[in-house]
Amino acid sequence: MSEASLYQAFSTVLKRDLTLAYRTRTEMVNPMLFFIIVISLFPLAVSPDPKVLQSLAPGVIWVAALLATLLSLDSMFRSDFDDGALEQMLLSVHPVSVLVLGKVLAHWLVTGIPLLLLAPLLAVLLHMPSDSIPALMTTLALGGPILSLVGAIGVALTVGLRRGGVLLSLLILPLYIPVLIFAANAVSNAAAGLAIAGQLYFLGALLALALTLAPIATAAALRISLR
Amino acid sequence: MPLTDRFPSQSQMPESTPDKSTPGLTVKGLTCARDDRVLFKNLDFRLEPGQALQIEGPNGSGKTTMLRILCGLTLPTEGEVLWNGLAIEDNRAEYMGAMDFIGHAHGIKKELTPMENLQVAMAMANTRPEQSLEAVLEKVGLRGFEDVPAITLSAGQCRRVALGRLLLSKSLLWILDEPFTALDVQGQAQIESMLVNHVEQGGMVILTSHHPLALKDGMLKIINLRP
Repeated sequence: MSEASLYQAFSTVLKRDLTLAYRTRTEMVNPMLFFIIVISLFPLAVSPDPKVLQSLAPGVIWVAALLATLLSLDSMFRSDFDDGALEQMLLSVHPVSVLVLGKVLAHWLVTGIPLLLLAPLLAVLLHMPSDSIPALMTTLALGGPILSLVGAIGVALTVGLRRGGVLLSLLILPLYIPVLIFAANAVSNAAAGLAIAGQLYFLGALLALALTLAPIATAAALRISLR
Repeated sequence: MPLTDRFPSQSQMPESTPDKSTPGLTVKGLTCARDDRVLFKNLDFRLEPGQALQIEGPNGSGKTTMLRILCGLTLPTEGEVLWNGLAIEDNRAEYMGAMDFIGHAHGIKKELTPMENLQVAMAMANTRPEQSLEAVLEKVGLRGFEDVPAITLSAGQCRRVALGRLLLSKSLLWILDEPFTALDVQGQAQIESMLVNHVEQGGMVILTSHHPLALKDGMLKIINLRP
């Protein structure tokens, strides 16, 4: 099989999922709305004091982004599982991991990118110093794809279960913790004027690891789920 | 896998080592048990180009499970499925290229139009259609419905889109689960002539259905899965 046909399969899945997301865009808004609501409730519930909010901001934004992603994960394979499109994917001549990568990229584009773009606005709401905003964007750009890639493994394992929601959180959250720690820490350090290169390197390494291994694990998990 | 210590098989086919040069599907000692219930046991058969296999049996007798095993989605409890003399797990790329499966859930995305559905299917199968997609949709009676979302189509019309995929496919083996479901009399006749045509031109068809196929003696094998 040539590289061109592999690329074509990848781009077909990507285009298909983006079209589907566009045609069901009301569902796409849910995680974004969740992200905005959770963060905007903090000044009301905790304290409107800029100092307090400033120290909370990196953690709050990252936790909200993580939970918003978790909320959006289930839809990644659900409708394909229900209408048989997932079976067709597994029976395709192309490697399933390549098709999975297309689906994960589509997921990140429709959930990760909007969160990335909303984050600076919400950071201002929490009085985050403006020179730490680039750090926040960078951690979301590096960490967001990891959340989608790792999440795909969990969704693939639980897609065959009718009520897989709780199990999915239990499976995935422990794997999200390292990303959360390095990312939130990088943003706090940036706010304090410290170096953040170390944390970013770690996030980059985690991204490279997830990008290479997660599609293979997801493909294997899908095979098990459809057995 | 030793066959000698097994029970005598149900089939009348003589046991022979399949020739690798002639394409065909060979099933050896296939046994499937679900929840302590044996669905079928020690099934042996061989299907060669120009032959169709009809699987009959009451509801719940394992017809769908059998098809899923034959296309490699489900693993049998015992036994193996060989394509051109090689186990399908070891020969995945070649087998997937030579086989098309339409299950109960036919994999038509409700949010995409019939046209887009066929385009995705073509990219997945990595084939270039010899006829235009419009012509195929006209053949399956969907003229004028090319560009409406499939959600507005009836169940029978959706199934026609799925069957349109077969018209475009260059696969040798078609595995179809109840292909006549939801189709009107004219649609059923059309699908039947498609299947007969495919077999007469040297293709292979495996289907579950109670609908009698108008094929000459020797071209049609029937397996009855009695519980």
